[in-house]
Amino acid sequence: MTSRLPSQAKGGFNFDNHVRNAAMEGKGAALPKATKTGTTIVGLIYKDGVVLGADTRATAGPIVADKNCEKIHYLAPNMYCCGAGTAADTEMTTSLISSQLELHRLATGRQARIVTAMTLLKQMLFKYQGHIGAALILGGVDISGPQLYTIYPHGSTDKLPYVTMGSGSLNAMSVFESRWTPNMDRESAIELVKDAIEAGIFNDLGSGSNVDVVVLTKDKVDVLRNYARPNERGVKEASYVFRRGTTQVLKTSIRDMVDIKETVESIATSTAMEVDAV
Amino acid sequence: MSLKPGEVNLGTSIMAVEFKGGVIIGADSRTTTGSYIANRVTDKLTEVHDTIYCCRSGSAADTQAVADIVHYYLQMYAVQNGAPTVPLAASLFQELCYQNKDNLMAGIIVAGWDKELGGSVWNIPLGGSLHRQPFAIGGSGSTYIYGYCDAQFKDDMSREECIDFVKNSLALAMARDGSSGGVIRMAVITEKGVERIFIPGNELPVHWEG
Repeated sequence: MTSRLPSQAKGGFNFDNHVRNAAMEGKGAALPKATKTGTTIVGLIYKDGVVLGADTRATAGPIVADKNCEKIHYLAPNMYCCGAGTAADTEMTTSLISSQLELHRLATGRQARIVTAMTLLKQMLFKYQGHIGAALILGGVDISGPQLYTIYPHGSTDKLPYVTMGSGSLNAMSVFESRWTPNMDRESAIELVKDAIEAGIFNDLGSGSNVDVVVLTKDKVDVLRNYARPNERGVKEASYVFRRGTTQVLKTSIRDMVDIKETVESIATSTAMEVDAV
Repeated sequence: MSLKPGEVNLGTSIMAVEFKGGVIIGADSRTTTGSYIANRVTDKLTEVHDTIYCCRSGSAADTQAVADIVHYYLQMYAVQNGAPTVPLAASLFQELCYQNKDNLMAGIIVAGWDKELGGSVWNIPLGGSLHRQPFAIGGSGSTYIYGYCDAQFKDDMSREECIDFVKNSLALAMARDGSSGGVIRMAVITEKGVERIFIPGNELPVHWEG
């Protein structure tokens, strides 16, 4: 017996949505906007490791989409990566490379190197010619010591002892340029990173809320989520609820509720033959 | 291909010069994104084999990608055939730059020392052509120093003479070109190997400043 359902493809791709979207775009429908993380992210090398820092604001145009998001992503046990740019892109690229690094560790039986992660990231971003909007700060410690890289969306990289990225990078860099020194100790390194991120939080509209910090050393990683919360909401000193009677009553009209009653009467239908009919 | 929005640019001053025992290459250290200096101590002199280097100008992403590919090819070549020559490296660069000219923004100078030619300098400008030259200059800053270099260059300079030539030329280019600046990085490449020279921004040669 032949089915009356429309025949269904058993495999392959379906491009119906592509055609529909192209038609909608042709008629002037606006494309949905991706969430960008107007961001301040930083990193620096100190005496025995790397400190990474980030703010926690995510924006969609003028709206603060998330007041306490995470921008420092896990890559490997000895590597973390701060992301600025398109939130979805930083999230997906870091998780994809994280998976590749885990397989690499399993295949080689060795801890992955920072250059390996950097090369994987730059080759992927270069392949996509800047369409993946991920601006990254990669930090970690491996066999050759602590190292720090910036990776731009087009796939170029820089290796530097202190770096900043995102819309608040200029504010953060001005803090680093005036106070960074080689061989800082752990406490002053974390404090400098905190101050650099706070420069972004307070002076850049795209950045805000809290400071996240990750400290990586040879055999220990400290994830200091919300290391500083400089924007805690204070307790209001007075109640701003309007008092009863604030709005003047000009007219009152009270109506009775209209009752709708419904009755059901059954009409008996007899199947018996009428005998006494005339 | 023009620079895409947000792309990192090496608005640059680079040069390479043949001298008696080999070549000297040099570059400024500025990388820019628009009007912001993304890196003020960039190393634009990139090793592609033991005694073969390239000077990069144009898009940072494109030139790094091309240099990484050539670096890989030469490593594989050296395993099978021993040390590669400078013209071989230059040919690899040219092939990549010419075949992908529509998608690249890369002006590269290849220079180094090999057993066949000694020191040699090879210029690969934007279209992907390849020219052997006794000296080559490149990047946005080079336009300011063509006349100076033509006037000052001599065949078979000594090491010290050549270092001064590169240092002065780059300092002049960096003083006039807004997209160049920072420090001067140089490398002397001879049979013996590579010697890196670093000149901080506050020790650059000073010329007329008005």
